[in-house]
Parts: sequence; C-alpha cells; structure tokens
Amino acid sequence: MKKAIREKTNHNSIGVVETQYYTFAGPGNELNLESGEKLSPVTLAYETYGTLNSDQSNAILVLHALSGDAHAAGISLDDHSVGWWNDMIGPDKAFDTNRYFVVCTNVIGGCKGSTGPSSVNPATGKHYALDFPFITVADMVHAQRHLIDHLGIDKLLCVAGGSMGGMQALQWVASYSNRVRSAIVVASTLKHSPQQIAFNEVVRQSIMADPSWHEGDYYGCGQPEKGLSVARMIGHITFMSDKSMEDKFSRRLKSDRFSFGFDPDFEVERYLHYRGLNFVKRFDANSYLYITKAIDYFDLSGMKLIPFRKSISTRFLIISFKSDWLYPSHQSQEIVRLLKNRHADATYCELSSTYGHDAFLVEIKEQTTLIKHFLDKTFNGYMVTGKHDI
Amino acid sequence: MTSDNIHLDHKIICSIIEPHSRVLDLGCGEGELLYPLVRDKHVRAQGIELNDKAIQECVKKGLSVFHDDIESGLREYPDASFDYVILNQSMQEVKKVDCVIQEALRIGTKVVIGFPNFAYIKSRFALFFQGKSPITASLPYLWYDTPNVRFLSIKDFEVFCAGKKIRIVEAHYLGEKTRVRFLPNLFALNAVFVLTNHGYEPQSKMQGVIPSATRDCSTNQFRCTALSELEFHNKKR
Repeated sequence: MKKAIREKTNHNSIGVVETQYYTFAGPGNELNLESGEKLSPVTLAYETYGTLNSDQSNAILVLHALSGDAHAAGISLDDHSVGWWNDMIGPDKAFDTNRYFVVCTNVIGGCKGSTGPSSVNPATGKHYALDFPFITVADMVHAQRHLIDHLGIDKLLCVAGGSMGGMQALQWVASYSNRVRSAIVVASTLKHSPQQIAFNEVVRQSIMADPSWHEGDYYGCGQPEKGLSVARMIGHITFMSDKSMEDKFSRRLKSDRFSFGFDPDFEVERYLHYRGLNFVKRFDANSYLYITKAIDYFDLSGMKLIPFRKSISTRFLIISFKSDWLYPSHQSQEIVRLLKNRHADATYCELSSTYGHDAFLVEIKEQTTLIKHFLDKTFNGYMVTGKHDI
Repeated sequence: MTSDNIHLDHKIICSIIEPHSRVLDLGCGEGELLYPLVRDKHVRAQGIELNDKAIQECVKKGLSVFHDDIESGLREYPDASFDYVILNQSMQEVKKVDCVIQEALRIGTKVVIGFPNFAYIKSRFALFFQGKSPITASLPYLWYDTPNVRFLSIKDFEVFCAGKKIRIVEAHYLGEKTRVRFLPNLFALNAVFVLTNHGYEPQSKMQGVIPSATRDCSTNQFRCTALSELEFHNKKR
C-alpha cells in the first residue's frame, strides 16, 4: 500500500490502470491447441499503457513469467497493487510510454483473468480443473496473436519478456516472425533443461501430494495450500543466488536463540514461509501445474526458431545474469550461437548481477540502458550524436 | 596511443571498407570504429566485445554487439558470413592468434588487422640503450600491467602470413600522425593489413554448415551440442 501511495505521487508513473478483457474463439472458432484439443471460448486479461500511434508502429507486447499477470505497470484499480515490471514500464523508463504503446496480457492457463483451469467450463457450468486441456508456450502465443489482431496491430515493434516471458518472445519469432520487428529475451532459454524440468516436477509433486488437491477438483473447498506453498518455496530458492541469500539472510535467527523445535529458526526459513503463504492467496495451484508443464515442453532448439534457409529481419536483444543458475548464461549463449549461425542482427550482454534469476525484475539500471537504446534503434534507426566523428 | 593515432588507423580502415558491406569487428570496444562505419558507409555491422560496460556504450550508439570472447565466438558463423572481419588493436591481446586469424579468414572474405609494431625505433632504443621493456605511443603499458600477450613486429607478421599462405592485399604503416612509407618495420608505430585466404576454397556455401572441428578455438561443450543439432538438420537435407 505504501508503495502504491509513493507510486501515485511519482511523476514517471503510469498512474491508475484498469485490467481489460477480450473474449474470442466462440463456438465454431475454437482455439486449436498443440495437443490437438480445442479451447472455447477464450478470454484474455490485458492492460495497455501509452498510446498507439496512427500507423500502429509503436506497439510493444510485454510477456510475463510463470506467476505473473497482465498488471505489468502502474497501480491496479482493483487492489492498488503496483505492476510487476513497474520500474521498467512508464514515462521515460526503459519501455517509455511517452513513445510506445505497451500491452501486457495474462497467459492462457493462468488464473489472473485469462481462461485457465480455475475458469468455469461453459459446457459443464463447473470449474475446468483437470478437464482443462494441456497448453504450451505456442498456444499462449497463438492466443496473444488474437488479442494483437483485435487491437488492430499488424506488426509489433517488440516482444519482450524475462524467464517464461522470454520463451514467449522467442515463440512469437518462431510462429509470427513477420509480425515482430524485434525481440527482447531476458534470463531465458531455447529449451528447458533436465535440471529445470526436474525442479518443476518436484514443484508439481508437492502440489499433487497435498490431500487437499483432490485430483485438481478443489474449487469450492479451498486449494491445496500446503502443497502450493512448498512449491513456491522451492521456486524462491531457485530464483535467488547463494550470494543474494547470504546478503539478505546470512544465518540470522528470528529470535536470539535456537528453538530446538521444527518451527522456523532462521530468517531464510521465515522468508520462504512468508513467500509461500502469500502465494497461495494469489495463485491457483492447478494453473501452477499447467504452466510449469507448458514451459517443460518448450523447445525451440535446432531449426525450430528460424526455419532452415529462411532469413530473418527481426532484431534481438538477449540479456542474461552472471549469478542466475536457474536460467544460466550458457542457455542465453545457446540462443546467441543460433542467431550468429543465421546472421540475425542481435545483441547479447551478460550483466554481472548477484541477484540470481530475480535479477530480471530488480536490476533496472543496466537493463534500462540496453532496452531503451535497443528499442530506439529499432524504432528510429541509428542515432546521430555527432560525437564520434572521424 | 595518441588520439591522432587512433584517428589515423580508424581513418585508414574506414577508407578500406566498401559501403554497404557486412562487417564484423572483433574486440569492438565502445564502437569507436564501428559507429562511423555504420554512419558514413552504411555497413551492416556486428561487434564482439568482452567488456559489458563497453557493450552498453555500443548499444547507446545503436550498434549490435555480442558479449563474447574473440577466441571462442566465431565458430558458429557459416563460411563467408562477412565481407570484412576487423581485428584492430585486439590481436595482440589474443592467445591463439593463429586460430583466430584462420577463423576470421573463414568467416570473412577479407580480414583487416591493425596492431602495434614492437620493432618501432623507440622500442629498439629502450631495449638496446636503456635495457628496459619499451613503452611507446602504441604500446603504452608497463610490463606488469598490460593486456597484451603477443608482441610482434611488422616483419614477424609478414613472415607469419607467408608461412600460412595468407595473401596480403594491402598494407598501411602508421607513424604518430602520418603514414610511414620508408622502412616501416623501423619507423611505423602501427600497421594495418588487409588479408585474404588466397586460393582458399570455401568448404560449403550452404548456410548453416558448420566448420570442421580442426579449426575450433574452443572446447565449449554447450556450443558443440547446439551445433551438432544444426549440423544434423543440415545433413538431413
């Protein structure tokens, strides 16, 4: 709340924003999913910031990570919360809303206003639960394409996101390269590694091992809070680095001595419990299952990103963080190697943050420099500063 | 190196590069050379640089740069990916010079190499009369604090090219402020060479084909994984 009040008085804030909804894929126009199943109807929650210019050339689609939502910037009209990438999106920020029209939408399979397992299935009048079809990152992107059509945007200036958002950005290039002028991929990968799949499997098993999960059919009787909370605790361990944990918690105790019991003694334990408990209030356990599965299936390696013999005009900015061990730099470098091989116009920078995977949300200054100028070049061509005469 | 000298070698390289060509600058720094090439010659430019702060400066200038090591960052490029590969004032900081030059010749039609001349007259004086490691305008570092790992003269480089059957297309010799035309190995601070792989038959013009492992400067296993997939796809076709 304090953050929201501070945000209201901040001159480079977007201010209060309202989430909007777009429903499509009605009967007869179902959304065909990669699994072969169909989804109908489909609702996408989305927010927009800034103004679309007359030739629709300034639109940027921002893509969220695993537990993100459409509320990327500004203060939510509903709950006064501040957007998840608020430091990056707004007037004079990296994604400058004075110049660009920024769209962010909740993925399908999510639980923040877009159609997902917690939505009501119109065929049965009940929550989908495990009747919800399996979705992939490509399905998320195909649904987003419907929204972009609806907004009257033919070609996006940029698709941008971190982590799972970066996968969606890559998927946009793979599926609709002629509709994407540039892609910004932060702390992400071409494909999930066995280690990443393994973490996700532990996360899913912790949810499904909770008796309250009831085979996914828990709507109306409360969700598997213990399982989901543990799942999120695992997540938070992977988001931080050894160094950022040491800096944040060290071995500090909650009180001045050991309890000699199994209640949390250490600050780090308390932090994980707090994060876990907070998460169950805002996120649906089945969505966590479906989305983690979608990113495990993600694989654009080989010729899947850019088909053989096809040239590509999309520009790329790839960013990784030195201390990120969940999506380590070598995965970003694998993207870079592919882009080199295909002569794509691309920039890659590994930033030396100590925040681990969380860095893409908190390392604002250097990301802003890179993103701001990359977008400027994409939008305007080369800047002539006159300072570098020969 | 003095600013005049920087201007001189950049001026010479800019005069070498044809407009609208494809250029890769290895060790591009803050883009001091690539930026005027893009602005004045409208080249399609790509840099490779190891310093992340320098990369940020490049991006501010609108340049595309990869955060990578020169010694390991070339393997993915198909043959003849660029019209020019530039190695200006960076070769002396590279350990596997031979390998990098061969790779540059594979991925570039021409290779432009600029380096400080260790046999410059003042260097010879410092060694001969003072008995000390030379410090000159083009080699301004103290022995214990230098990024340079290779110390070569113009003559050394010519012998190297002859031995490797690399054709020298152009040679430019630079003094402190002007070009040097008389006894360059004695009087030039810097040299700029344009090389090509004379008689070189490209392995394949097909995009996506990966060079043979014998030219590999790196042992990065992740690279091998990624490339073997590409290779697999290429072979399938």
